[in-house]
Amino acid sequence: MTLLIRYGRYLLLGILAAFAFTTLILLFAGAPPLAAYLHLFKGAFGSWNKFAHVLNAWIPLTLCACGLLYTFRIGLWNIGVEGQMMLGAVLTTLVLRFSAAEQFPLLFLVLAFLGGLAGGALWALLAGFLKTKGGVNEIFAGLGLNFVAQGLLLWLIFGPWKRPGIASMSGTELFSRELWLPVLRPFRLSPVGLTLAVLAVIVTALLLRYTRVGLSLRAIGGNPRATRLFGLRPGLYMLLAMSFAGGFAGLAGSVQVTGIYHRLIPAISSNYGYLALLVVMLAGYRVWLTPAVALFFAALNVGSIQLPMMLRIDSSLSGVIQGALVLATLAVHAWHMRRQEREMNR
Amino acid sequence: MNDLNLTLLFAGVVAGAAPIVLATLGETLTEKAGLINLSLDGSILLSAMTGFTVAYLSGSLFWGFLAAAAVGALVAAVVAVFSVYLKQSQVAVGFVLTLMARDLAYFLGNPYARLQGPQAGPLPVPLLREIPFLGPVFFQQSLPVYLSLLLIGVLWWYLYRTTPGLNLQAVGEHPKAAYARGIDPKTVQLVYALCGGCLVGLAGATFSLAVKPGWGRPQGAEGTGWIALALVIFGGWHPVRAAIGAYLFAFLQVMGIYLQEWFPSVPAQVFQVAPFPLMIFTLLLTGAARRFRTSPVTGQAGR
Amino acid sequence: MEITLRDIRKYYGLVRANEGISMTVRPGTVHGILGENGAGKSTLMKVLSGYTPRTGGDILADGRPVDFRAPEDAARLGIGMLYQDPLDFPRLTVLENFMLGQSRGLFLSRARYRARLRELCDYLGFSLVPEAPVRRLTVGERQQLEILRLIALGTRVLILDEPTTGISSDQKEALFRALKTLTAEGKSVLLVSHKLEDVELLCDRITVLRGGQMTGEMDAPFDTRAVLSMMFGAPPGIPPRSRVTPGRPVLAFRNVSAPGGRTGLISCDVTIHAGERVGLAGLEGSGQGVFLRVAAGLTRPGQGTVTLNEMPMTGRDYHAFRRKGVCFLPTDRLAEGLVPGLTITEHFALRDRRHPFLVKWTAAFLKAQDRIRDFRVKGTPDARVEALSGGNQQRLLLSFLPRNPSLLLLENPTRGLDLASAHWVWEHLQGYGGHDPEMAIIFSSPELDEILMAADRVLVFFDGRIVRDVRTDETGVAELGRAIAGDTGSIRHAFPGHRRPVI
Repeated sequence: MTLLIRYGRYLLLGILAAFAFTTLILLFAGAPPLAAYLHLFKGAFGSWNKFAHVLNAWIPLTLCACGLLYTFRIGLWNIGVEGQMMLGAVLTTLVLRFSAAEQFPLLFLVLAFLGGLAGGALWALLAGFLKTKGGVNEIFAGLGLNFVAQGLLLWLIFGPWKRPGIASMSGTELFSRELWLPVLRPFRLSPVGLTLAVLAVIVTALLLRYTRVGLSLRAIGGNPRATRLFGLRPGLYMLLAMSFAGGFAGLAGSVQVTGIYHRLIPAISSNYGYLALLVVMLAGYRVWLTPAVALFFAALNVGSIQLPMMLRIDSSLSGVIQGALVLATLAVHAWHMRRQEREMNR
Repeated sequence: MNDLNLTLLFAGVVAGAAPIVLATLGETLTEKAGLINLSLDGSILLSAMTGFTVAYLSGSLFWGFLAAAAVGALVAAVVAVFSVYLKQSQVAVGFVLTLMARDLAYFLGNPYARLQGPQAGPLPVPLLREIPFLGPVFFQQSLPVYLSLLLIGVLWWYLYRTTPGLNLQAVGEHPKAAYARGIDPKTVQLVYALCGGCLVGLAGATFSLAVKPGWGRPQGAEGTGWIALALVIFGGWHPVRAAIGAYLFAFLQVMGIYLQEWFPSVPAQVFQVAPFPLMIFTLLLTGAARRFRTSPVTGQAGR
Repeated sequence: MEITLRDIRKYYGLVRANEGISMTVRPGTVHGILGENGAGKSTLMKVLSGYTPRTGGDILADGRPVDFRAPEDAARLGIGMLYQDPLDFPRLTVLENFMLGQSRGLFLSRARYRARLRELCDYLGFSLVPEAPVRRLTVGERQQLEILRLIALGTRVLILDEPTTGISSDQKEALFRALKTLTAEGKSVLLVSHKLEDVELLCDRITVLRGGQMTGEMDAPFDTRAVLSMMFGAPPGIPPRSRVTPGRPVLAFRNVSAPGGRTGLISCDVTIHAGERVGLAGLEGSGQGVFLRVAAGLTRPGQGTVTLNEMPMTGRDYHAFRRKGVCFLPTDRLAEGLVPGLTITEHFALRDRRHPFLVKWTAAFLKAQDRIRDFRVKGTPDARVEALSGGNQQRLLLSFLPRNPSLLLLENPTRGLDLASAHWVWEHLQGYGGHDPEMAIIFSSPELDEILMAADRVLVFFDGRIVRDVRTDETGVAELGRAIAGDTGSIRHAFPGHRRPVI
């Protein structure tokens, strides 16, 4: 608990430093900083409807981030979350394209989610096999597979799954209404997605704390060679962690397809895969901080959408703030460690 | 369907590869010193934006390239300071910077998107330009392209034939032993991170001022940073071999344009994206994986 | 140059690695620094060579106080150190290693340094190929290269840290000859060692350390008994082995070859019986490590068959060996045996395989508490293993051993331990075997004395082959020492040309 409070202090200092940096950038770009922050806040929390949008962004971000907790525990840099999310979305779409889907919407929605889970997990396993069997560094394997997934997505949207008549960046044809996830009216927020994300956090927390799997992942992350002497198989656990991460990412893809876009679009992953990596880093790889940081990042993302309209500045400001936050927190943490080390040596 | 004009094709490859060669050489230099600057994909974009806007505002290509190099060095300096002096994971910092530099580029470059700006035109070398085939391929290019060609040799010479080059290799291989010989590993790593960053910055400016002139979202340079990182490993941290990889990638990209016209039934987007996975997997599956394990990069820098 | 140390102190946190050390090294002499492992010899030399800053005390060169912050300051004064693990660059060539740190300015003059290298080689009687990559060199050759380099830099005080560990007897002779040449022209040598034999052959004067402090000084000729008591205090004896008649075969290698290490393992044929204690001797990296890893199922043999309790095990993995009661304790405890970042409790939780899904945290905590008491580990259940000392880490690893394994494989079980801990380890292992005549123990050790005391049988490795297989009561240090260096009489005829040429 005291550790959490200390980490909270780093976070607070990090936030201050990051906003100081962002303010300088805004001034440099000639934009009024206060107005920009105000619009960011209003864009995210200005109305219940806007907050529903934030939650809609929070769902995939949290799902992906939960998955990453497993791979970070075992010391893998699963940079392929984007691709895993895309493959989840592709398999979801594939299931929902069956003509029987409209007759049995509930059955096919369940199947679609299972498909998403499997798609993401398989794509992650591919990277995992490249790492454990091929000795390919997981960063490059994941990245390569992201490019492949993007290519596959474009090919499907512009090729076999194109809308009758026109193929365009706007994606495949909309599904019929029965295949949309139910939403809480009047907001476009799906309780199914929300439940999935909350469940993901709880399951991850319990699994990592109370099961042998969680302990083994951490042990292998600490020293894979020694864990062999303890009778564990590091390669197997790496694949397990990858498939967990991919499965959660795939589910995020399913939620995007069935709950948000109701079709497959080229930008289905919306950069959430990469962003989730930042979320987990900023949370200091802690399970309970992860959903909170994810909410903050989701709010920044949604809040920035109206910046181009209101202030004629680009919405990528949110990305600048998020990056600055992670860097500043790392710096504060490092500075603190150095000071402690100095005191120890004195 | 157009004919395959080999001269044109290879001239296109040499020009198109120039920024990738520059970035690859820069990263080779940094990694030889035992540091990884993972932020390439973002810092190329940020320096491309800087190069273009500075050249646009000042009307001078020189200031554009200079500013881009400075920005590249600045991003590299952040990676180096975090990893060498603050002992943070260079992969984590590099990755955050990849995303952040990209977003910063889009944010700050927004007012300058899709503007007509200055660009480095061809500057044929007298006499040499007349040589059949080789003339048009190598000697009717723009200044940054000549620079990329020249630097391959210069870097090779510097690494393997000079004292500082030998010291640099020593630091990358065994920082503690280098320290015992009176070389300060931290300083060396910082210096070569900055030099490598400069080259990466020049790569960005070469995109926005010569190869894919102009700025926009997307600029068109997206993804090449990752390719450059993979090429460094493929080249086994040898500048000449890494550069050959860069030409191979540029060849794939140019071929994509031709293939697109030959197979109109396949969506054009596929050909635009295809070189990336193709390249990364050729690199990884041709035994580069084996080399990665014996990388000179130790992860933790300095003593 | 005369070097004087006055009241040198070096603390690492609370650990006092050096305390109040004073001595004088006269020009033209070989000065020995003696002490067992962990006595503070290496720390003192690192202070003197400028690699580590000292906590207090003065260093005087020819009577003038000097101060240095980095190795290059010491080098400028003419103090150069040859580290125990050579601080060189395996992927660069001999010549490049030689030039590194010497060459200034922009251009590398390979020709000039090649000539200089050759000249120095002739002078000291070494022969090295300038273009050979250093990773292909033996430890002895790497050492020669470092000495040449230090001399070229103008070193007048040469510090050697355990130079005779891991080199052949011919290389040792060449080294000693070279050192004599150097002292003859007024250079001085500081020789750090824990081997009495080296010291008696070479040194003019010795300083003995124990537990970070000076326990005495002496001029040649040395009184061995007095030196020993300065080194060890009252020498403790290792409890005598209980004689066990070998039982049924536990482990059998038939023509086994496997890759790994410097030499790999070549055509190994051996049978180990129940109740036997087998010591593996040899220069470090001569195949003992590979032997143990093949026997543990961690390395798969490239050819040949491995039999365990008369069951063929070829091609099975470590987990299959484990189920057969094979237990392996690696030498590098933090790198191979324990998980840094995990607490002692978490290690016990990891070991407890009865509950496949949930972790029983309370049970693990109680077990950790229990074993910490039984094995006298200095630490709490919540302590992270990397915070424990080497001796406590080894005790912890021993506490993980199952009650009745059929085959116990130990790699350098007392490396880096102080004498008391080492003694405790052997006492524990003896008690262990006493319970069970069915169990065999195989261990490797760089110390012949340890093998002669703890084993009934010894296998000597040379260049990946077993060159000697003998009962310990039928042999002695002299014979084994020769075998370790590859000089085994009959064996030399059996493998002509296999003896590593001394360069």
